[in-house]
Amino acid sequence: MDKPFAITLDTGSSLANKTGSWRTERPVYVDLLPPCSNACPAGENIQQWLYHAEDTRSDHGGYEAAWRQIMLDNPFPAVMGRVCYRPCETACNRAQVDSAVGINSVERFLGDEAVKQGWTIPVTAAASGKRVLIVGAGPSGLSAAYHLTLLGHQVTITDSGPAAGGMMRYGIPAYRLPREILDAEIARLLAMGITLQPSTTITDLLAVMRDGSYNATFLAVGAQRGKRAYIPAGDSARIVDAVSMLHAMEGDDKPMLGRRVAVYGGGNTAMDAARTARRLGATDAVVVYRRTRDRMPAHDIEVEEALEEGVRMMWLSTITHADGGKLTIEKMKLDETGFPRPTGEFEELEADSVVLALGQEAELSLLDGVEGVQIEDGVVQVGSDLMTGHPGIFAGGDMIPAERTVTVAIGHGKKAARSIDAWLRGRALAGPGRRQIATADRLNSWYYSDAPQAVRPHLEMARRIGTFDEVVGGLDERTAQFEARRCLSCGNCFECDNCFGVCPDNAVVKLGPGERYQIDLDYCKGCGICASECPCGAIEMRPERI
Amino acid sequence: MPAQQVKFYQVGSFAVGNRLLSPDERTVQSTATRTNSLNSGHRACQGCGEALGARYALDAAMRATSRQMIAVNATGCLEVFSTPYPETSWQVPWIHSLFGNAPAVATGIAAAMRAKGREDVRVVGQGGDGGTVDIGFACLSGMFERNDDVLFICYDNEAYMNTGVQRSGATPPAVRTATTPAVGPHPGNPFGQGKNAPLIAMAHEIPYVATATVAGLHDLEYKVMQAMKVRGARYLHILVPCPLGWGSASCDTIKIARLAEQTGLFPVFEAVDGEVTSVSKIRRKAPVEDYLKLQARYAHLFKTPAGAQTVARLQRLADRNIARFGLQDSDDSPGAVKDQ
Repeated sequence: MDKPFAITLDTGSSLANKTGSWRTERPVYVDLLPPCSNACPAGENIQQWLYHAEDTRSDHGGYEAAWRQIMLDNPFPAVMGRVCYRPCETACNRAQVDSAVGINSVERFLGDEAVKQGWTIPVTAAASGKRVLIVGAGPSGLSAAYHLTLLGHQVTITDSGPAAGGMMRYGIPAYRLPREILDAEIARLLAMGITLQPSTTITDLLAVMRDGSYNATFLAVGAQRGKRAYIPAGDSARIVDAVSMLHAMEGDDKPMLGRRVAVYGGGNTAMDAARTARRLGATDAVVVYRRTRDRMPAHDIEVEEALEEGVRMMWLSTITHADGGKLTIEKMKLDETGFPRPTGEFEELEADSVVLALGQEAELSLLDGVEGVQIEDGVVQVGSDLMTGHPGIFAGGDMIPAERTVTVAIGHGKKAARSIDAWLRGRALAGPGRRQIATADRLNSWYYSDAPQAVRPHLEMARRIGTFDEVVGGLDERTAQFEARRCLSCGNCFECDNCFGVCPDNAVVKLGPGERYQIDLDYCKGCGICASECPCGAIEMRPERI
Repeated sequence: MPAQQVKFYQVGSFAVGNRLLSPDERTVQSTATRTNSLNSGHRACQGCGEALGARYALDAAMRATSRQMIAVNATGCLEVFSTPYPETSWQVPWIHSLFGNAPAVATGIAAAMRAKGREDVRVVGQGGDGGTVDIGFACLSGMFERNDDVLFICYDNEAYMNTGVQRSGATPPAVRTATTPAVGPHPGNPFGQGKNAPLIAMAHEIPYVATATVAGLHDLEYKVMQAMKVRGARYLHILVPCPLGWGSASCDTIKIARLAEQTGLFPVFEAVDGEVTSVSKIRRKAPVEDYLKLQARYAHLFKTPAGAQTVARLQRLADRNIARFGLQDSDDSPGAVKDQ
């Protein structure tokens, strides 16, 4: 007994008291699938590239790392940043806080930066010795070629057009996608060792495969033929289809449409045709559509921009007759199922020409005599791995049943490349194994400060109508970074230190930059404050087995 | 108010830290080298707001004084759960004497330090609302009027929680406690009683008085730092929700503190020499029901028609605070933040 008066125990720290034994639930760090990535048809890891773009200190990622992250999934950031319909932004949880993150504008900034800096992607995979033929140098074919090359295969692309790009070149007007941007991204891709055979139309596919000793084929011929509708017309009526008209914009002979142009249809192609007509000098460009605006398949941004440029819309209208610069329009009425019915009321519309934008179909004659390939409703049937009924022949893009957008096509290209790679190597394709989605209700939005979306500059109206200059401008570096930093990092820890700070028991261990945190289960009482105060919903409370 | 200029928007300045901030712009709590004044293994309940508030405040005070600090604790939960003989959770020099004399003991230590010429060593007194606004009030008022060089921090959980949730002078109206049961025509704590310790402290015209909550870490640390810049008597009143006494979920501690501020029921402000100099504006206004419904101590208000009238009366109290302290700018767009 060498203790002072009235002292019987040695002093000690409360660390001897392992309060972790009180716990009935434990916090667990999770990584969830952000809604943006979930919605992206090209399967981009959007949150991850925004994360890189948020921090431009050297050795902290930065724009190049962000761009390389995009390139893992999508070889066309600069194109995407212009023409994608942004399903990611529709899904973005930030829309419920203030407005969605301008993902698309950041992507464009990164894409343009890559073109400016001349960044390239090295091919590091060992050559597989396999040859793959790709038919069609549109977004889907080029995307497949890019991914197959990175996987070590030898790729040849053929296209019936004189230049690569498909609908990106022959469908999308230059005011939405400047050709020097498209050319730069395609050139970068082809320079990776891909052989392009332009102006080559394949008629006997099996023979080409055999003669070129190709081990697999990816068909991506698109849907290049405009659908026609029967319109009773007199001899002097001028009727063209939108696909041919937009295609002709790439040639030397621009289409002659006259001063008054009627565009028949309500999709994105109709908007492109009407806006192109305005730029070609039409004083009056009218979209004639048989349903109402809310039923239009065209995307809202395109309709808005068309209206801004003075394109007129005639809702609930069909063209019943065309002749001598005059159209007969019948007014329609939606029945209770939403189907448009004729009313018997007619009016006249003066028009020098009619542009039909009634949808497109695929030209599939190259598949004549190819055994096992099934065609239904004008499109090729494929399995979940995008293989047709003929072993070794895969298909994607507009020629298979899917939404027809550039982004979807690029996604098909990536998916087909992975399937073809697995097929060539005799391996099973790894299952998708989707993670749980980080929904908005998991977020604690209090911690995100209010920051509205950065607005992209628009070209002034006078130049929009007179020229094919790009309408929507890009963000400068500061705005792009601001926009990237608006990302909420839904469902994935971004090291904000909240859990580390709010634990009343110091039971969260900070592991250092990039290493995140760890729960000290010796002392965690399982109160759950860390989980409820985590801004991005990356902590879950799970019951203990007691 | 925290004048931190953040150049990024991912989480603004509301989260504890962020990889995008330079280390000197982060909170004390975000640093792995924080003192952890109150260490793990303490016996506070799950989700204890007081344990959290005490670590926030003392870690900040330790940073502000370059670790030259002595803490004096009144009797209460904080003392009991941190120092069951022979263990201690404190990683700072710490002394406990009696329930009612913490401000006097702090005064004495400050005098001793002055006598020894160790004016670099600063003194922080701390206690719960019982030890501050009731039992220790005479000593506290004396410390204020003599302008002794002590920062006294009250961790306000609005009742005597340690002894079984009895009413204190800081218990708000209508609250059910062990001594103000939810029975009779006027259930819970009566309206018109109790005292507002921060306003009384301001009436002493001491150099610095501030309120804070555990939901506003940046604000809390800023106020501790401000307080430690000044010599003389200073008072910091921190709202610390108590899951046990308030009948709330342990995970809701910070959420409830945030709602106390966002409803206007707990005005967050700072005052210099007896005058309010700044207030934390309400960022996302919430009705008092949002705050009350999370707590079983108010559950009786949602069972009877008379209860609804009481809720309306509490809303009027909140509205009065908003008007009195100017917690909302009339021209503010919703969600606008001026000073955080």
